[in-house]
Amino acid sequence: MASLLASTGVFTCALAVVALVIAAAGYDLSGAARAAVEGAVGSPFAVLSATLKRTAPFLMLGLAVAVAFRAGVLNIGAEGQFLAGAAAACAVGLFATPVLGRATLLLEIAAGMVAGAGWAGIAAMLKRRFAVAEVVSTLLLNFVAANVVAYLVRGPLQEPTGAYPQSSMLEPIARLPLLIDGQRLHAGFPIALILALATWWFFRSTAAGFRFRMTGSGRAAAASAGLINVNAVQMHALIASGAIAGLAGACEITGVTYVLYEGLSPGYGYTAIAVAMLGGLHPLAVVASATLFGALGAGADAMQRNAGVPAGFAVVAAALVVLGVLAIPRTLRLLRPAWPGRS
Amino acid sequence: MAEMEVVGNFLEAAVRSATPLGFAALGALIAERAGVVNIGIEGSLVCGAFASFVVAGLLGPEAGFVAGGLAGMSMGLVFAVFVVALRAQQIIVGAAVSMLGLGLTASLHRIAVSSTGPGAPISTFLPLQVPVLSEIPVFGQAFISQPVTTYLLYALFPLVGWGLYRTVGGIALRAVGEQPSAAVSAGHSPARIQCAALLACGFLSGLGGATLVVAQTGIYSDGMSAGRGYIAMAIVALGRWTPRGVAAGALIFGGVSALQFLTQAVNWRVPYTIVLATPYLLTLVAMAALRGARAAPAALGRTLNRL
Amino acid sequence: MTAGGVALDLRGIHKRFGDTIALDGASLSVASGTLHALLGENGAGKTTLLDVAAGLTRPDGGALTINAQPVRGHTPADARSAGLSAVHQHFSLVPAMTVAENVALSSPGLFRTFSASDAAERVRTIATAAGFRIDPSALVANLPVAAQQRVEIIKALASDPAVLMLDEPTAALSPSEAADLFVWLRAFVDRGRTVVFITHRIREAMQNADAVTVLRSGRTVMTSAVCDTDESSVLTAILGEAPIRVHGTPTRNPGSAAAMTPVLVLRNSTVIDAGGVTRLSPLSLAVHAGEVLGVAGIDGGAQHALLRVLAGRRRPDSGTAELPTTIGFVPEDRLHDSIIPELSLVENLALRGAGKRHGRIRWSDLTNATRQAIRGFGVQARDEYAPASSLSGGNQQKFVLARELADSPAAFIAENPTRGLDVRAASDVLERIRSARDRGAAVVVYSSDLDELLSIADRIVVCFGSSVHETPLDAAVIGRAMVGAQ
Repeated sequence: MASLLASTGVFTCALAVVALVIAAAGYDLSGAARAAVEGAVGSPFAVLSATLKRTAPFLMLGLAVAVAFRAGVLNIGAEGQFLAGAAAACAVGLFATPVLGRATLLLEIAAGMVAGAGWAGIAAMLKRRFAVAEVVSTLLLNFVAANVVAYLVRGPLQEPTGAYPQSSMLEPIARLPLLIDGQRLHAGFPIALILALATWWFFRSTAAGFRFRMTGSGRAAAASAGLINVNAVQMHALIASGAIAGLAGACEITGVTYVLYEGLSPGYGYTAIAVAMLGGLHPLAVVASATLFGALGAGADAMQRNAGVPAGFAVVAAALVVLGVLAIPRTLRLLRPAWPGRS
Repeated sequence: MAEMEVVGNFLEAAVRSATPLGFAALGALIAERAGVVNIGIEGSLVCGAFASFVVAGLLGPEAGFVAGGLAGMSMGLVFAVFVVALRAQQIIVGAAVSMLGLGLTASLHRIAVSSTGPGAPISTFLPLQVPVLSEIPVFGQAFISQPVTTYLLYALFPLVGWGLYRTVGGIALRAVGEQPSAAVSAGHSPARIQCAALLACGFLSGLGGATLVVAQTGIYSDGMSAGRGYIAMAIVALGRWTPRGVAAGALIFGGVSALQFLTQAVNWRVPYTIVLATPYLLTLVAMAALRGARAAPAALGRTLNRL
Repeated sequence: MTAGGVALDLRGIHKRFGDTIALDGASLSVASGTLHALLGENGAGKTTLLDVAAGLTRPDGGALTINAQPVRGHTPADARSAGLSAVHQHFSLVPAMTVAENVALSSPGLFRTFSASDAAERVRTIATAAGFRIDPSALVANLPVAAQQRVEIIKALASDPAVLMLDEPTAALSPSEAADLFVWLRAFVDRGRTVVFITHRIREAMQNADAVTVLRSGRTVMTSAVCDTDESSVLTAILGEAPIRVHGTPTRNPGSAAAMTPVLVLRNSTVIDAGGVTRLSPLSLAVHAGEVLGVAGIDGGAQHALLRVLAGRRRPDSGTAELPTTIGFVPEDRLHDSIIPELSLVENLALRGAGKRHGRIRWSDLTNATRQAIRGFGVQARDEYAPASSLSGGNQQKFVLARELADSPAAFIAENPTRGLDVRAASDVLERIRSARDRGAAVVVYSSDLDELLSIADRIVVCFGSSVHETPLDAAVIGRAMVGAQ
């Protein structure tokens, strides 16, 4: 309960700081704030088509990051795994639709998960065989993925006119169904919610989830006292994390954009770190945290459109949130005198 | 000799590409030798680039260069507060600081553009020729026809080497990265040493970003750091955490980046985008070949457990 | 230097860390030119008092005087300039640097240049004056433990101190190396210096020191010249009441080895670490049901690898290990290897067997088991949901034993199980180990305390370097075997 209050407090403070900066930069703060709030929650369209639509990728990517971090794996590559999933889903969609019709959708989703898992698997293999820290390898693979997508949309997957660096558009039957007429909310959102519940249950009630948690909380004790194969657990966590991130990418392609292009992910993978941390790595809290960030994104977009305030501030707010989450418990602990090591 | 000219051009491009990497990697080296993994260098780099562009437009490239360093140092200060004073996990703080730097520069750039229009290209440092030395075929053209900022980098490497190995302060800094308790019982403050290292790291990374603007392109574009901060960390690992190794590593990476010019000149049929990916792939291969980090400072990444 | 005066005087030192009172008005007065022992149980405040004297910890109250000069500041530099140097127990050398660099680390002035040759000269000068031989360019990581201690001493001597304080100097030394150290310390004192050494070994203090001071619960309860007191008075002062038999009555199993079934069997097992160094040379060994195998050895020997092979935590790199399915293991570094401090006791209990568990977790069963374990072993904890970090060291150890013995395993391996525990808790732990043996388990115990080992073991093996062999239950023989002499 205390950490829930702390997290809410941090989010509010971050918004307050950004608001100050916006005002200081000479923008009309009340106009900006109004635009932001309206854009996020001001109408059914705002709630469903702006906020919740954005929440879906944040939620899935946040879960991906949380699953990895909880097992002590620093997967900074959700961005690249997201792109891998999107690219795979798009490729499957473009080539398989004539053959498979409606079933293409399932295959796209599956391909997305496999591609994301595989992209993370590269980092997992490098870690297992060559002891390369996943922090660096997943990060570098993000850039490789971005370049691969750039290549694909200018080459094999490029749309027929060849004028734009983007893929052909997915046929309607290869897209995720929309949930409500007139709104842009797609089936990916309930998929994400179900995933959150499944992840929660996994960590709470299964032996495998327990192994993940122990490996992340105390690797040495997990190996020695629990006889847990911590290397295997961390590999599995990294691959599972990649699969979830790939799923997010597949849903984004089949549910929102229907087209693959560079810049598909405006830093979602990094924002996901903030989402996961704000939720304390707890799957159900990540749902709330992702919704907040969805609202933040929707509001920032509306703010830029209607009041001219740069949307980059949303990224700044996300960074401040992470820093705030880190700062609060530690500042509290600093107020109490230090505890020595017993010897 | 057309081939010699091509090689000369290639090497010159390599050194040019290597310069910002070299500054950032040197900063990363100092921080990591003091036991801190700073993936927020990317934020310092891009803030350095932006600040140098703004200040150079008003006061000229020299002031811009210094301003870039100071901007990078302020990001380093944020990092130091969270990692040293608040003892938060280095990786996560680094990710946040990078995000902060990228978001701030994007926002401020947008604000500046909307109010004053896109900035005009600033005047940059031109390559500085040295009599006699610059005439040396190939080598002279490559290494001694660079802007003065690169010459500064040449001087910084041996300076850092001297500082690390030939002063008591350097021994203390390396002790903090290997066995902080030893530094404590010898009377040093690991927290203060790490702070100083992080400020130096931020300053150098900022200078690296500044070189991109004031010594190369003359303009600023969002995200122009393009992951150089992360590559800098790879260079440190590749160079086995020594100044000499880092210099060599930066040059190798500069060379791979410069390959793209070579392929354009030589008309390879390799897709441009794949060539862009090679530095990152090279890093992965290099790290795999070196089997992780046996040469790394022993206490790298460890949170200090008392001030 | 005040000849015949008081070299070191600490008066009324108070220090608390959070809720714990480490020092409650402790005092220490050491006459110049003497060898003084500071005794007490673990947690009595000895190391904290040394940290205060050496400037590593700032006291909340009290006065510190060195050679009749009050010391104002509270940093190691202040202590050193006042003439006091400390040699610590752990981790104050940088393994990756040379001896010369380690000694230079304590030089004042951050911008002073360091030249390898000058520093080497300096090291050689100090070493020769002290009567040691050491190679200044050697990497500390490559030196044996006794040599590393010499480097620590050289570091301490670099400031030419009048008072030298050592924290548990013989903890990692073999009996003969310890004897050599005390010979050197006596010579040092004879030259007019003063030495204070911390130890928890009463006999060591009585045999080597001129005077002793005893701390208990952060207070000074006894100060006396050695000739004016005896071991049992000192023991009473340490414990605070009539001393209980420290190690219990040795009860050996009279049965012959043939009657007992082998439970742990090693055949030509070896262990080679990641760096290619052989940690355990080919060993064939059997441990039988209902016996305690004691393992002796100084730091860095084969016992670390041997215990882990026997506990099934490490597969031998060649040869075989036949082990039962249920094994209990209590490693030395409890907070790192046995429990996860921030998690609850229930979760820590669930840790055992987590590697093999399938499907759903039955939390209610685990919670009941935790309650039983806490009750059965007398663990003082708020409840089963309390975080493991909220327990005292002794209770944490009892909890670990409860967890590992709960399913009456066929084999039980313990590594220095009483380290860091007070006498009562230690005695309790040894009793539990004896019960496990009496119930038919094959027990293996490593202890760096020979007396404790002899009180509990039916057989003894000694580790020296990477080799292991059995010896009779004779302290002198064991002591010689620990240094490779026969």
